[in-house]
Amino acid sequence: MHKEEITLIVSNYIKKNFLFDEKKEVDNDISLYQSGIIDSMGTIELISFLENTYKIRFDDDELIAENFDSINAISNFLYNKLQNIK
Amino acid sequence: MKFSRDVLKINEQEEIEKITTTIRTQVFSELHRKGAVLGLSGGIDSSVCAALCVKALGAENVFAILMPEKDSSQESIELGKLVADSLNINYEINDITNLLQASGCYKFQVEAIREIIPEYGEDWKCKVIIPSILDKDRLNIFHITVQSPDGKMQTRRFTPTSYLKLIAATNWKQRIRKCIEYYHADRLYYAVCGTPNRLEYDQGFFVKNGDGSADFKPIAHLYKSQVYMLAKALGLPEKIIHRPPTTDTFSLAQTQEEFFFAVSYEIMDLCLYAYNHNIEPKFVASEINLTEEQVKRIYKDIESKRKATRYLHMKPLLVEKILNPEL
Repeated sequence: MHKEEITLIVSNYIKKNFLFDEKKEVDNDISLYQSGIIDSMGTIELISFLENTYKIRFDDDELIAENFDSINAISNFLYNKLQNIK
Repeated sequence: MKFSRDVLKINEQEEIEKITTTIRTQVFSELHRKGAVLGLSGGIDSSVCAALCVKALGAENVFAILMPEKDSSQESIELGKLVADSLNINYEINDITNLLQASGCYKFQVEAIREIIPEYGEDWKCKVIIPSILDKDRLNIFHITVQSPDGKMQTRRFTPTSYLKLIAATNWKQRIRKCIEYYHADRLYYAVCGTPNRLEYDQGFFVKNGDGSADFKPIAHLYKSQVYMLAKALGLPEKIIHRPPTTDTFSLAQTQEEFFFAVSYEIMDLCLYAYNHNIEPKFVASEINLTEEQVKRIYKDIESKRKATRYLHMKPLLVEKILNPEL
C-alpha cells in the first residue's frame, strides 16, 4: 500500500469522525491534540479504527504522541509498521 | 524567573476567613437557602468543605450524607463518620448499592468489561488506569485492570464501546449520590455544596450532573496542596489528612493519578500553577526534579484535558437569549 493511500484513509476518517464533515480540510501536519481535534476518547477510536482496518495490533510502547500527533505522523508510522510486517 | 514550591503557600487563617465569608453571602444572600448539604466521602476535599461550611453557617445548618456502595472501601465510611462526629453535624448513612443495582450500573459494568475480557466474573474486581506521561510522551489511552478471585491480575486496553459503556455505567454512582444530596437540600431548604478542588475543576475530573453539580463550590480555586494546608488549620482528624487521595469508584483500590491525572497531585499542583502563570518549563523542572521535557508533556496534558472536558462545564445551549433579568 502506498503512503498517500494511507494518508487519505486516515484523513477521511478523522474528518468524518471528529469534524463530522468529510469536506472540511485538515492540514496534514497540524497537531491533532493541540488543535483539539482528537481527545482521549478520540484516541481510543482512532487506534481501534487503524487496528481493525489494517489488521494489526499496536504495542503500548508505540502509542506515543510522536506517532499519532498529525495525519502525516500517523501515515509515516503506519506505513513503516506495515512495511516491517511484510 | 524564579520558581519554587513556596508559590502554593497561603495564609491559612486569611483563606478560611475569605471562604467562610463568601459561603455565608452565597448561601444566605445569593442562594437564599438556610444551610448546606454535602456528601461526605471520607476524603480530604469533602472533609475540608464540611469544616468550612460549619465555620460559615454553624454546625446546626450543615447536613452530611455518607453514600457508600458495594465497591466503596470500608475506610471511607469510617472516615466520613469520623469527620461528621468531629464537626458535630447531623448526618445520614445511605447505602446506595440497591439503587445502583436497580439502575443496572453493576450489570452494565460487567457487560462492558466482558467485551474485552470475556471471562470477567461478577465477583472479580476492576479499575481503570491511564499510563504515566513521565517516562514517555504516551497517549492518554485508558486500560482496564482486573483481578480474579484467585488474585490473578491482567490489564487490557479498552475498545471504544467498552470504555464508553463502562464509564456511562459507573457515572450512575456520582449521579445517584447527587440526586440524594438534592433530595435533602429540597427537604431542608438548603443549598448543595460541591467539593471539587482546583485540579479537578480545571481539568474536568468530575461527572456532569453528578459530582460536578452543586450550588456553590468553596474550594474550587484551591490547589490540592492548599486543601491539605486548610485541613490542618481547620483541625481535621489526622487520619483524614494522611489518607492518600483515592477515587473510591471502582472495586480495586485506585489513585487519582492512575485514573486521570497521570502524575501525582503535588506535581500537578505545581505544574498547573506554573502553566497558569506562564512560567517556562525549564524553571519548573529543576524545582520538582523533572526534566524540561517532562514538564512540557504535563503542560500539553493540561491543555488537552481542558479542551476535552470543556463540554462538562458548559450550560445547556439555547437557540436565542431569553429576556429574563433573573437569568
